[in-house]
Amino acid sequence: MIRFILKRLGSGLVVLFAVSVLTFFLLYISSGSIARNILGDQATPEQLAVKEAELGLDQPMPVRYFSWLTGALRGDLGTSWFTSEPVANALATRIPVTMTMVFAAMILIAIIATLIGVAAAVKRGWVDRVVQIGAIIGDSIPGFVIGIILVTVLAIQLGLFPATSTISPGAPASAWVLSLTLPVIALLINGVTGGAQQIRSAVIKQLERDYVRTLRSRGIGEGEILSRHVLRSAAPAGLTVLSLQLIGMLGGVVIIEQIFALPGMGPLAVAATSQTDLPVVMGVVMYTVAVVITVNLIVDLLNGWLNPKVRAS
Amino acid sequence: MSATVATDPATGPAGERESLLRVDNLVVEYPSKGFRARPFRALTDINISIGQGETLGLVGESGSGKTTLGRAVLGLAPVTGGKITFEGRDISHASRKQRRVLSRDLQVVFQDPYTSLNPALEIGDILAEPLGVQGKPPAEARKRVRELLDQVGLPADAIHRLPREFSGGQRQRVAIARALALSPKLIVCDEPVSALDLTTQARVLDLFLQIQQDTGVSYLFVSHDLDVVRHISHRVAVMYHGGIVEQGPADVVTRDPEHPYTQRLLLASPVPDPDRQEQRRADRHRLLEIQRMQDEQAVALA
Amino acid sequence: MTESVETSALTPLPGQGAPAGQTGTVVRSTVLKRLFRNPLGIIAMVILLGMALLAVFAHVLAPFDENFANISKTLAAPDSVNILGTDSSGRDVWSRLLFGAQLTLLSALLCAAVAIAIGLPAGLLAGYYAGKFEAVSNWIVSILMSLPGLIVLLTIRAAFGPSVWIAMIAFGILISPSYFRLTRSAVQSVRNELYVDAARVSGLSDLSIITRHIFSVVRAPIIIQTAAIAGVAIAIQSGLEFLGLGDPAKATWGVMLSEGFKNVYLTPTLLFWPALAMALTIGALVLLGNAIRDALEDGEKIKHRKKPVKGTDKRTTAAPAPARQSRYAVAPAVDAGTEHHLVKVTHLGVGYPQADGSIKKVVDDVSFHVDRGEILGIVGESGSGKSQTAFSILGLLPDTARIVAGSIQFEGNYTAAPGEDVVNQGRLSKLRGKRISYIPQEPMSNLDPAFTIGYQLVTPMVRVLGIPKAEATSRAMKLLSDVGIVNPKRTFDAYPHEVSGGMAQRVLIAGAISCEPDLVIADEPTTALDVSVQADVLDLIRELRSRLNIGVILVTHNFGVVADLCDRVVVMQNGRLVEEGTVRNILRNPQETYTQVLLGSMLEGKEPMSMLVSSTAKGAAS
Repeated sequence: MIRFILKRLGSGLVVLFAVSVLTFFLLYISSGSIARNILGDQATPEQLAVKEAELGLDQPMPVRYFSWLTGALRGDLGTSWFTSEPVANALATRIPVTMTMVFAAMILIAIIATLIGVAAAVKRGWVDRVVQIGAIIGDSIPGFVIGIILVTVLAIQLGLFPATSTISPGAPASAWVLSLTLPVIALLINGVTGGAQQIRSAVIKQLERDYVRTLRSRGIGEGEILSRHVLRSAAPAGLTVLSLQLIGMLGGVVIIEQIFALPGMGPLAVAATSQTDLPVVMGVVMYTVAVVITVNLIVDLLNGWLNPKVRAS
Repeated sequence: MSATVATDPATGPAGERESLLRVDNLVVEYPSKGFRARPFRALTDINISIGQGETLGLVGESGSGKTTLGRAVLGLAPVTGGKITFEGRDISHASRKQRRVLSRDLQVVFQDPYTSLNPALEIGDILAEPLGVQGKPPAEARKRVRELLDQVGLPADAIHRLPREFSGGQRQRVAIARALALSPKLIVCDEPVSALDLTTQARVLDLFLQIQQDTGVSYLFVSHDLDVVRHISHRVAVMYHGGIVEQGPADVVTRDPEHPYTQRLLLASPVPDPDRQEQRRADRHRLLEIQRMQDEQAVALA
Repeated sequence: MTESVETSALTPLPGQGAPAGQTGTVVRSTVLKRLFRNPLGIIAMVILLGMALLAVFAHVLAPFDENFANISKTLAAPDSVNILGTDSSGRDVWSRLLFGAQLTLLSALLCAAVAIAIGLPAGLLAGYYAGKFEAVSNWIVSILMSLPGLIVLLTIRAAFGPSVWIAMIAFGILISPSYFRLTRSAVQSVRNELYVDAARVSGLSDLSIITRHIFSVVRAPIIIQTAAIAGVAIAIQSGLEFLGLGDPAKATWGVMLSEGFKNVYLTPTLLFWPALAMALTIGALVLLGNAIRDALEDGEKIKHRKKPVKGTDKRTTAAPAPARQSRYAVAPAVDAGTEHHLVKVTHLGVGYPQADGSIKKVVDDVSFHVDRGEILGIVGESGSGKSQTAFSILGLLPDTARIVAGSIQFEGNYTAAPGEDVVNQGRLSKLRGKRISYIPQEPMSNLDPAFTIGYQLVTPMVRVLGIPKAEATSRAMKLLSDVGIVNPKRTFDAYPHEVSGGMAQRVLIAGAISCEPDLVIADEPTTALDVSVQADVLDLIRELRSRLNIGVILVTHNFGVVADLCDRVVVMQNGRLVEEGTVRNILRNPQETYTQVLLGSMLEGKEPMSMLVSSTAKGAAS
């Protein structure tokens, strides 16, 4: 088991490294004259040269990458070219908002989608139909459009929730709840409809397996068969779905934060992108990929714990 | 263990000299997963030969290597040692191009009629495939397909149907027709009747015998069922743990075997009569007891 | 012509294939036909076709240029000139919607095309050749799949500027793993199919095998996947535009949404049109994907009916059947004089309701009984209904099955009383495991791979007998040694994948007798085993019968197994009971033709190389 964990951890670090190289070279090789971008069109060649030296852009690419990497390993992700704020600081103030939303949505998706999916698989009939139709509707409307609809109807027309956020790290919990309710709902609807559908088919597949019939023949009750055997066997499929949804949500949350004007990572990333503030873009990418890799590692470990065959290999 | 059979007229027309297929000291190994793991040895030192118009039955339990031997002859399993000779040519490591030439004379019928036919292709296309590979013009191929359907007792309108419209026995007839398409000299039959119901099995076995009578084709007939092998073979080889433990005339090997394993195999397969089966059961228990005592003695002596 | 039995089966069974008249059609056309019969599929295709037409003829249909701004007429309500009104710069909403459709659909197509161009060939190669190429591809895929799409697009935007096409090419690359994985797993499942081996034996080149045998398998899933991918591409492209990171000179649905959102307090209808266009397009793609999937999943799927129609299409029973009896209702008394039978099946019929309201019967008018200490064999070929009969006694038929006639009683009480259309689970669940138990056919698939063998033996004893875990554990150890397992402790602690098939079957037999049942139902218990293991298992069942004095129902197709174990035999064909008698009578002196044919097909005792069925095997060849 220890070997299994170390192996997964190692491959996660390798992926992280590969992504950092890829992103770094992609960003810096192709984004034209960065200094001119910062200083504007009126800048003289001398000014540009000074700026480039200041940003270290006169160094060859591998040297630049290496200095970024050594910094990153010490927790220093560089400084924003426009606000001069350290990237790590900028991220640190914004991550709580973003991650609260993402993880709240993920936990809710896990619970709600499992309940609905299992109910649809076991009861079939109308529950099943509702889940199927819900999956089609959920697939048809992108999450950010749902967000727009929620804001327009519930916040602006009906005034039930604040349309824009009022939160800051020091704000009371009630303000957080009130501000984040609609964004979280907007984030999780696609996940719930899609997840319920996937969990439904995973559970149905398990229910049709031979050993379920044999368990019934041994006098084991339906409830125990479902909770101990079927759900356990269906769990790996569900966990995979969940991890894919998390990856999707880390992108989706950027737009959701923009819609609800939340002080999360989204606005930072959007502003950095349109200004070509490369250190910030790089920091955002590395942070999200690190989150994904961590979650995938946890999913792998859970799968290994659930399945004795995986554990052995 | 008798290897020469030409002297016995009941065992078939072939002898060593004019053997169609010869397998000498064959070894098949599959690479194992994992770093520096020893390869898995599926077959060890196999020696068989099949003459023209002869059927060699290959019998054994699961994991004995009987299917691997058939696949090695067909080029579907890696030959790591020894030699496979077909009509005097070494085919142990034949290339895909050589196989294409070889496929005129060497064909196959697999066990599972449900997965051995592509579900998306019509029967006519399935049967025309080997003809097309050999460059037969479509019109000629179509004519041959009709002949083949007739030969295996399927209606002519089967040409435009899909495999799923046929029962297991009929699909196996299609598979046999595909094997016959190029009038081969040897057909490797890998458990061709194991997935079939009893009555269907009987009809398909009849078909195999009829085709051999009509065309003089040879069979390498792989099966786990001693009764099937006895019924269809001139000679029988018994496989166990990747090797051949005994081979000889079908009648001798399947009724009065020499090797302890074959003896156990014979007495383990039940006969359809309660009193004779009771006798066989008692014989089996006695045999197991005797063999156990012999083993103990061997251990004590060693 | 000697093929009467087999050729008659040429006419496909209902729901098993195309109608008999449909010769000469290829698969694709039947799939298309089914697609065109699906109303949702038609709606989806009409919407998509409409969108495509609007997009193609946008420059003809649009009254204004996409960026033509009438400053004097901003945020106007719909009128005869601007049929959907104008936005905050006075641009015509309808025109922008049309040009937006053009760009949106094209970008979705580009994205899917890039993804297919990368994912499909890579998946084919990785699946077919495996090895290093697959290892490397898998590694790249795992990286691509851990990148959140929108974040990557932000990076691309930062690096390459606001081009829709570059963004969509990048997203196509990012999403290509979905095609890669789809293709690879399809190819892997086909690669080892016997028909690919047969093609190899025929000397077909790898390229021909891939195009002819493998591509045909992945074609349909690719189409379904493309519908889904196109939808995702539209969503993400619009999201990017909504964030203001797109090309400001182009009208797209995302830009229009963003424009509408800025004016949400003044003119919320500006949001409505682009949102509707997106939902319609993506929804149509989703529906189309679903419809194609349904069309591919054969006609075999039986639609779920709300309630099976009762009484009308049922075999006429003696009395009009009362509405399904409550599971707690007291069952009527069984016929006098039959109480002593361990189990008695009377005129049993089992059927499955079909989509057209009819009932497909799989068991029809079957009667027999089993007493204590007796082994009854149910013999028949595939499709004879022998397993369905056994499962109806256990109450383990699929949910859709109905008891359409007759009754089943166990020790003088009905488990399915006359008139009940399902087995009474209330009564049977008290019997199952405790009084009636089951030995399945396939040993490996009947153990839960996630639990140890010990757990799977102990839990039923704890639940059914109410004994403490420690006692159940020691009993399980004893059972394992009783069924001939040499090292019970090791097997007890093992997971199912760690033991052999023969061992697993012994474990399942131990499980079946663990709660000391009175009746054991064994469904082809030795079919999956080698003959020497089979002989041991048969010995085991015989010994259990005499030691525990239990009744056994043995479902099998093997007359050797019947001769070895059974006291009495029931022969079944096509759901009906053909003949019943003692084992000696049936095997030595069968009365019915079918039994004679079955026994005549046995090879034992036949002259080798003789024709079994007739003198000519190939029918009307001459």
